[in-house]
Amino acid sequence: MNIWLNFLIDSLAFGTTFMYGSTGEILTEKAGHLNLGIPGVMCMGGAGGVLILNLIGKSGLPGFLIVILGILGSIALSMLMGLIYSFLTVTMRANQNVTGLALTTFGVGLMKVIMSKMDPTVYLVGPKALYRWPFAGRTDALQYLGVLFFLGIFIAIFSSFVLYRTKIGLHLRAVGENPGTADAVGINVTWYKYAATCIGSGIAGLGGFYYIIDYMASQEAYLSLEAFGWLSIALVIFALWRPHMTIIGSTVFGFLFSCSSFIANIEGITVTMAAKPLLKMLPYVVTILVLVVTSMRNKRENQPPQHLGLPYFREER
Amino acid sequence: MSELKKKTAHEPLFHLSKRAAIHPAKALAIRLAAIVLGLVVCGLVAFVLIDKLNQNPGKIDDFYYCFIKGSFTSKRKIWKFLKNLAILQCISLAVTPAFRMRFWNIGAEGQTLMGVLGAIAVAFYLGGQIPEWLLLVLMLFAALVCSAIWAVIPALFKAKWNTNETLFTLMMNYVASFVVSYFLIIWVPSGSSSLGKLKFGKLPSFGHDYLVIILIVLALTIFLYVYLKYSKQGYEISVVGESVRTAQYSGINVKKVIIRTMIVSGLLCGLTGYLIGAGLDQSVTTGSVGGQGFTAIMVSWLANFNPLVMLVSSGLIALLNQGASQISQDFNVSGAMPDVIVGIILFFIIGCEFFINYQIIFRKKSHGAKEGVK
Repeated sequence: MNIWLNFLIDSLAFGTTFMYGSTGEILTEKAGHLNLGIPGVMCMGGAGGVLILNLIGKSGLPGFLIVILGILGSIALSMLMGLIYSFLTVTMRANQNVTGLALTTFGVGLMKVIMSKMDPTVYLVGPKALYRWPFAGRTDALQYLGVLFFLGIFIAIFSSFVLYRTKIGLHLRAVGENPGTADAVGINVTWYKYAATCIGSGIAGLGGFYYIIDYMASQEAYLSLEAFGWLSIALVIFALWRPHMTIIGSTVFGFLFSCSSFIANIEGITVTMAAKPLLKMLPYVVTILVLVVTSMRNKRENQPPQHLGLPYFREER
Repeated sequence: MSELKKKTAHEPLFHLSKRAAIHPAKALAIRLAAIVLGLVVCGLVAFVLIDKLNQNPGKIDDFYYCFIKGSFTSKRKIWKFLKNLAILQCISLAVTPAFRMRFWNIGAEGQTLMGVLGAIAVAFYLGGQIPEWLLLVLMLFAALVCSAIWAVIPALFKAKWNTNETLFTLMMNYVASFVVSYFLIIWVPSGSSSLGKLKFGKLPSFGHDYLVIILIVLALTIFLYVYLKYSKQGYEISVVGESVRTAQYSGINVKKVIIRTMIVSGLLCGLTGYLIGAGLDQSVTTGSVGGQGFTAIMVSWLANFNPLVMLVSSGLIALLNQGASQISQDFNVSGAMPDVIVGIILFFIIGCEFFINYQIIFRKKSHGAKEGVK
């Protein structure tokens, strides 16, 4: 295969991790909650799926059932994390930044504790091929485009559809922009906040699962997962709070992130060791630029939700 | 009558109202109860983890003893505990001025890391060529400048274009960590990327290795308390935090306050970086700060942004961390155990703030009946 096409597909596949993460985070942020716990949620999503696979990986169940159960396990545990977050920030009205950071501390720690005791010969060796259907066994970048990749693309586009083309999405955006008004119109603010945060977490968790089971597919994958959680939060800004934009954004991020190791393979281009960290810095620098430019242009549709990060208490006007 | 009954049935079981003030003792009792409850849950979680994941679990009744064992059973452990407390306290102090202004600076990690890098860069290039005292002064200067620059960039954009500071400072953390790995590759061309302990630029010590650091942080705590509570600048910070409009109306230059406060935050981060770089490690890695920049945010918040109370909250976190590392050692679980324990306790403390800030008022049972009689 053409080396550039291979690289593009690899970027797309790598980006799927952040695509899940930022799609989930966008849903949460649209409800007015800045969930800094996304790295923890993604880690726990990975751990949840692996826990299930560790149980059934060698049980001889039909392949599609193993795939589905793994995905469900991942969603279940990450939604549980989302539930903790939304209980504390919505019902208990806790500070969102602090709660999110605590969630990340907890989630990343717990995942490491769990993952260090899992058996990769059970959860990885067999199921990996199942998740990579229909391209399992190939040696080029196409092998990463498995079940979870297509699911991710679908979720990103579907989320955009729900957010911008349905009544539910309209209500959700209203909650994030101005919960007081939304409440006055009769929208159940609490319910929307809970639902958006939990569903968003469930989606984000799949990103961690994809990274561990499909893209990296190695025993040490879980150790590097946290950084990509933070990158997902960066990607939300890059995508200007539009889920379908995360597909493009994540490819760009994946490209920037892996180009340092990839460029070295191309003949005629030499990369010094020192340039590698600078190339890896690019996604973050680009995000900062996007953030600055959007705030300078001050276009209303490109801004963060107005009530992002603020608690809503009906009795307090 | 029946109509009235229907009406009362619709009245919710309880409603919430904001407390005007709470007795400090009551607030303390609520917090302690939350910590105790959190510890019980920690015990349960740890029991499940250790029991399910290990083939031969250790004795679970040693679990709580580990928290004491981790910090207080030997002189070395006590010093280590105090050192951890001091460093965490120092970063927490650094983030506090900005938080009092409701400027959500979550970039303390990166700002401190730049401080460490600045100090170590000076020691790397000038170490041995100039007198040690001059080197230490230059290192301090470099650390302060680097951190202040890192902190003031987001502040400038916030002041000028109202750029979201939370996301901006978050990104700056990663940029900082890659800047460090860039310099490590330049300094250590062999490819190992680990700079050994430098020979020059060590903070002088007396009594114990950590004593100087602890005393500096203690002095800084008192200084910041006075600065925030009794100085004009501290008052301006509080006013901007309460309401930007009020501040503008009363003639405070909000942009100036934002930038100045972030410089103060940055300088404090730089000092922490200097303490880590010159006082402890004499080296720099991307993990020099080790996530404490994030922990500090929670520590500062737990103390309600009060520098003196912060000593207690950073002490609590340091204690939990060390206890939990003892647990992971004794019970042979992953070294990430402290994060789990700290996370759970934090959930409970975060949750209990609700009961301090709000009051739950239950529906009075006789209410409906009385109405009926009338």
